[in-house]
Amino acid sequence: MPDGATPVLDVRNLKTVFRTRAGEIHAVNTVSFDLKPGELLGVVGESGSGKSVTMMSLLGLLPSPPAEVRDGQVLLGDRDLLTMDEESLRLVRGREIGFVFQDPMTSLNPVFTVGFQLMEPLRVHLGMTKAQARDRAVELLELVGIPDARRRLKDYPHQFSGGMRQRVMIAIALACDPKVLIADEPTTALDVTIQAQILELVKELRQKLGMAIIWITHDLGVIAGIADRVMVMYGGQVVEQGPVREVFGNPAHPYTRALLRTMPKLHGEREDKLRVIEGQPPILARQPSACPFMARCVHAFDRCSQENPLRREIGDRHDVACHWDHRGATA
Amino acid sequence: MSPRRKLVEVRNLKLYFPIYGGLLRRQVGSVKAVDDVSFDIYEGETLGIVGESGCGKSTCGRAVLRLYDATAGSITIDGENIADLPPETLRKKRPSMQMVFQDPQASLNPRMTVAGIIGEPLDEHTDWDRKKKLERIYELMDAVGLNRDFAHRYPHAFSGGQRQRIGIARALALNPRFIVCDEPIAALDVSIQAQVVNLLEELQDQFGLTYMFISHDLSMVRHIADRVAVMYLGKIVELAPVVDLYDHPAHPYTEALLSAVPEPDPSAERRKDRIVLTGDVPSPANPPQGCNFCTRCPRVMDICRQIEPETREILPGHFVACHLHNQDKTTGRTGGAQAEHTQNQIQQGEDA
Repeated sequence: MPDGATPVLDVRNLKTVFRTRAGEIHAVNTVSFDLKPGELLGVVGESGSGKSVTMMSLLGLLPSPPAEVRDGQVLLGDRDLLTMDEESLRLVRGREIGFVFQDPMTSLNPVFTVGFQLMEPLRVHLGMTKAQARDRAVELLELVGIPDARRRLKDYPHQFSGGMRQRVMIAIALACDPKVLIADEPTTALDVTIQAQILELVKELRQKLGMAIIWITHDLGVIAGIADRVMVMYGGQVVEQGPVREVFGNPAHPYTRALLRTMPKLHGEREDKLRVIEGQPPILARQPSACPFMARCVHAFDRCSQENPLRREIGDRHDVACHWDHRGATA
Repeated sequence: MSPRRKLVEVRNLKLYFPIYGGLLRRQVGSVKAVDDVSFDIYEGETLGIVGESGCGKSTCGRAVLRLYDATAGSITIDGENIADLPPETLRKKRPSMQMVFQDPQASLNPRMTVAGIIGEPLDEHTDWDRKKKLERIYELMDAVGLNRDFAHRYPHAFSGGQRQRIGIARALALNPRFIVCDEPIAALDVSIQAQVVNLLEELQDQFGLTYMFISHDLSMVRHIADRVAVMYLGKIVELAPVVDLYDHPAHPYTEALLSAVPEPDPSAERRKDRIVLTGDVPSPANPPQGCNFCTRCPRVMDICRQIEPETREILPGHFVACHLHNQDKTTGRTGGAQAEHTQNQIQQGEDA
C-alpha cells in the first residue's frame, strides 16, 4: 500500500446528530479517517456504533430532519462533499463513490429488470446510448461472475438467488468505475459458503480494478481476511484504528481486546466459558463528556469519567482513543 | 463416561411441505424440508445442528417438538413416541419440552408485560394462585439475570440480549428437560452473544437440561455443543462428537463449510487454503439425483450422481453419508482428504 499517497477520501471531525422528541442522539461523534488509493479499510462495530450512519452522512443519504450533519469535512480530492448542493452530490454518488447495501433483497427494485437497473447509472452518469450501456452491463455481470450474462439482463431480481443478487448490487456499484466503493455489511445476509464466494470476488476485483474500498461489518473474521487497515467504532466514535495485523496482534483499546477474546475459535482449545463484555451498549443521548465504553470497561479509572479520550498515536499508523495504557497488560 | 441415557430418539423423520399448482390446485410436488433424518440426543448433552439457510435445520427442530406434524418417522422423547400422540396427551407432555426462538423481537408479545410473558406457561399448565406464580416468575428472572424490578415493563423497553433472556425464562418456566434453541443468538451483537451462550450453559448445569442447539455460527456451535450434526438440503450429511467433526471433517461439505468461516486472525486467514464452493444450494423441491451435494461437491464422482449415499459409522459415533467413505475407510478419513485438496479453488462458472 502506498503509505504517503494522498488519500482519495479524507473525513475530518464528522458529527451527526438525530433530533428526536426525546432529545438529540449523538450517532456520530467527531469521526475522522482517511482512505488511500487502492486500500481496503474495514470498519467494525456493533449495531448502534455509528458505522453505517457515518457512511450515510458522508454521502448525504440520511433524511434530514431528523438527521443533521453538524460539523466536519468530507474531502473527495479537493472538494468537500458536505458543502455541495444536492445536484452535484448526486453526480458524485454512483459515479465517483459506489455503494453496496446490506440487504440484497430490498435494495434492488423488484419491478425493473436487472439489466435496466444496471444500465441506468451508465446512461445517467456516463451518457451512454442504450446499446453501449447494454454491452457494458453484460461486461459487468461477467466481471462479477454471473454466467449467461446477456440473457440474464432481462431477468427480474426475484429470479436471482441471494448471493447472485449481491453480485448484481456489486456490479451496479462498479458500473461507473468509482474511485471509492463503500460496502455496508454486504455479506451479512448471506450464508458462509456464499460469503466466501463474495469475499474471493472482492479480492479479485481489487486486483483488477484497484479501487479503494470501505468495508463495514460486525464480523472480525471477514476483516482479518480482506482488509489492509481496520477502524473499530464504539458509541459513535472511532476507538482504535490501525493496520490489520497491528490491531489484531496488538490490540490497544479494551473494547477491541475484549471483542477479540469473546469470539469462540474454530481451532485450538475449547474454553470452558466464553469471556464476555458485561453490560449493554451505550445510549447516545448525552453529549459525551466521558468515554463511551467506560461503563463496560475493566480498566476504567477516574479520568475516564471526566474526559472523553482523544485519539493518540501508539505505533506506525496505529492510534487508540483510551486513557489506559495497554502496554504490559495481560487482560 | 457412564452409559448415557437417550432422551430424544428421532428415526427416519420426514417433513414434506406440499406444493399446490395447476387449475385445480392439486398437489404437484413437495418441498422436502427434512428428508429421512435420524439422530439421538443423550440426556444432559447439547446436540448442535448446523447448516446454511434452507437446509432444514429449523424445520427439523420444530418437527422434533411437534410444532409441525411429521410426514413420516418417529420422535421418541423420554420413552414416548410423540409423532402420533393425540392433541390432549401431547399438551400434557409440552411442559417437558420447550423452545427458545431466534428473533426475540418477534417471539414476545409486545402487549404483554414481562411477568405476563414468563407467566403464560404457568397460566396454561398449572393451577397456582397469583402469588405463587409471581414468586416463580421472580425466581426465573433471577435465574436468567433480569432485574425483578422490570417485571411489569413491556418487551420494547429491553435490549435484544435482555429480550432473549425473557424468552429463555419463559422456556424454563415449567421445568423442562429438553429445550430446542433455534438460532438463539443470531439476532444479537457479538458482545451480547457470549453473555447469552454463557447463560444457556449455566442453566444447563444448574437444571440438567438437554439442548438441541440450532445455529449457522460454526464457531459458537463448537463452543457449546457436545456432538454436532451437519445438515444439507434436508439431510444430515455428517454427525460426530464436536472435536472429531471440527478436526477431522469427513464429508466434503463439512470441510467446505468449515473452511468458509472467516477467522479473526489475519495471519491464519491469509494462509488458509479456502475451499470455495461454486453455485448455490439447489431447491429442496427438486433435489438432484443421487447425493444431494453432487452439484457443488469438489470431489464428486460418477456414482454420486446416480446413487444416494448411505449413512455409515466410520468411527465410533462418527456418522457420514458420502460415497468417499464407502469401501476404503483408510483413505476416507485423514490423509486422503487433505492431499487431494491442494487444488482447492474451484472456480468454474456457476449455476444460477
